Amino acid sequence: MRQELCDALIARAKNPNMVFLTGDLGFMALEPLQEALKSRFINAGIAEQNMISVAAGMSHEKLESWVYSIAPFCYARPFEQIRNDVAFHNLPVKIIGNGGGYGYGVMGPTHHAIEDYGILLTLPNIRVFVPAFNEDVAQVIEVVGNCKHPAYLRLGRGEIAKDYSPPPYSAWRKITEGDGKVVISIGPIAGSIIEKCQSMDFAIRPQLWIVSELPLKHNPPPETLINALKQTKKLTVIEEHVAQGGLGSSLALYLFEHAIKLDEFNHCYAKAHHYKTYGSQTFMRAQSELDVNSLIKNVL
Amino acid sequence: MQLSKNLILKSRKRLLQMHFESGVGHIGGNLSCLDSLLTIYHEFLNKNDRFVLSKGHSAGALYVTLWSLGFISEESLKTFHKDNTLLAGHPPASGIPQIHFATGSLGHGFSLACGLAMGLRVNQQQGRVFCITSDGEWQEGSTWEAFIFASHNKLNNLTVLIDHNRLQGFGSTHDVASMSPLGAKLQGFNIMITEVEGHNIEDLRSALNKKTDQCHLIIMNTTKGHGVSFMENEMKWHYLPMNEAQYKKAIEDIENL
Repeated sequence: MRQELCDALIARAKNPNMVFLTGDLGFMALEPLQEALKSRFINAGIAEQNMISVAAGMSHEKLESWVYSIAPFCYARPFEQIRNDVAFHNLPVKIIGNGGGYGYGVMGPTHHAIEDYGILLTLPNIRVFVPAFNEDVAQVIEVVGNCKHPAYLRLGRGEIAKDYSPPPYSAWRKITEGDGKVVISIGPIAGSIIEKCQSMDFAIRPQLWIVSELPLKHNPPPETLINALKQTKKLTVIEEHVAQGGLGSSLALYLFEHAIKLDEFNHCYAKAHHYKTYGSQTFMRAQSELDVNSLIKNVL
Repeated sequence: MQLSKNLILKSRKRLLQMHFESGVGHIGGNLSCLDSLLTIYHEFLNKNDRFVLSKGHSAGALYVTLWSLGFISEESLKTFHKDNTLLAGHPPASGIPQIHFATGSLGHGFSLACGLAMGLRVNQQQGRVFCITSDGEWQEGSTWEAFIFASHNKLNNLTVLIDHNRLQGFGSTHDVASMSPLGAKLQGFNIMITEVEGHNIEDLRSALNKKTDQCHLIIMNTTKGHGVSFMENEMKWHYLPMNEAQYKKAIEDIENL
């Protein structure tokens, strides 16, 4: 999604209030943005704690402040700066974490971001955005850019069948129709199963939904989804994130609080940071049973 | 407006009074930076300028300074450290327009001040940014990140003052993690460094008036518990509240300073 990100930010760079800070990342990707923004493109160096606080200060001066790095470097390293300097003051700093989930695959556990939105959603005022398709990025950048609160944008890698055209970006989207169980997914991982879901008979085909904005407090499930859950009483949640604090636990709490009872709740999530061996994102997902075959078993 | 001796005395006494009445500590570090706070606010800070107190545990000195300018009422000051107060032990996140950021965790303020200074520059606005850090705070890596950023970007609208009172939470800065001599350690970056006697108003005034095309760092040699004989250079006054006898003696010392 980096190409789409760069294009979308360049389109936004016409706004003289926009500033972009990177933690020394963006080689072979963000050079056009650097050219467009000139002095408003700031390479803050390998100093993420300072970068977040500087962005908070610039946001305080009414600048539209974007921050970019590999995901864990911009939410885990400077967590206290996000908490104290950005979230406590409800400053609309926009933090872009590249490589959400196991996006950095074989680069190893230091580069994996499987607890990012869970951790950040413990903070006040934060909004989380997780585009699912490359086609979402332009719209997401507009939504994040206009967001009046601190925002975390988890960027991944779009992965859909070549002949599939995703529906326009929305906080909630229904991707497939069917009489099967309800499946709710977040992020690009949904794209990996769309083709297989579409090929199923209607009677067993899951009703696949994608959510792209959290927390649920500000983006509750739509009525049609709730009605489907009441009818099927079966839900599978898919996310490339640990169980604690993720979409699955948020949804479970939401349904419990709203007295919506289920007979079946499957949660497919990222199991761990540490494995005996490492590999591509596809390989890493398989270690957590987030590969296509494992997911299909869970959505049936 | 030039800071008067009478106002300094009145502010020191009010600082001691509020800490005594609320039964709280952090007095030593408040007394070491009160003079610089009063100087900055009364003689330099105008409506285009910004101030960040990075050593948030000296919030009392900041509150008293704002009180001395009428930004915080006497009534409000009486609530210091009490239930339902706006005046917490460290600067609050909102509610006082002159306080831009909640600080208290060390190593944040310098970076925030860099952001304000950079923001003023991008917006092509006039104005200076002032920030006071502690000396122990320079053990935080993020402070050095800010130092590098301010140096590299030649933030000439930023003045950072270090309250170099040489005492931190559990020992002297020299014994805990020495950077002595601090001035020499900070040399070599593209930052102008000035060393002053931090309780000498004329010294402070002169340093704050210096012009430079770089970020300006002022090392203020100060005394923890300045002006109170039994507190000066005593680490315990980082924490302890005063009893009545100590309070009376402290007021007496301040009046005779």
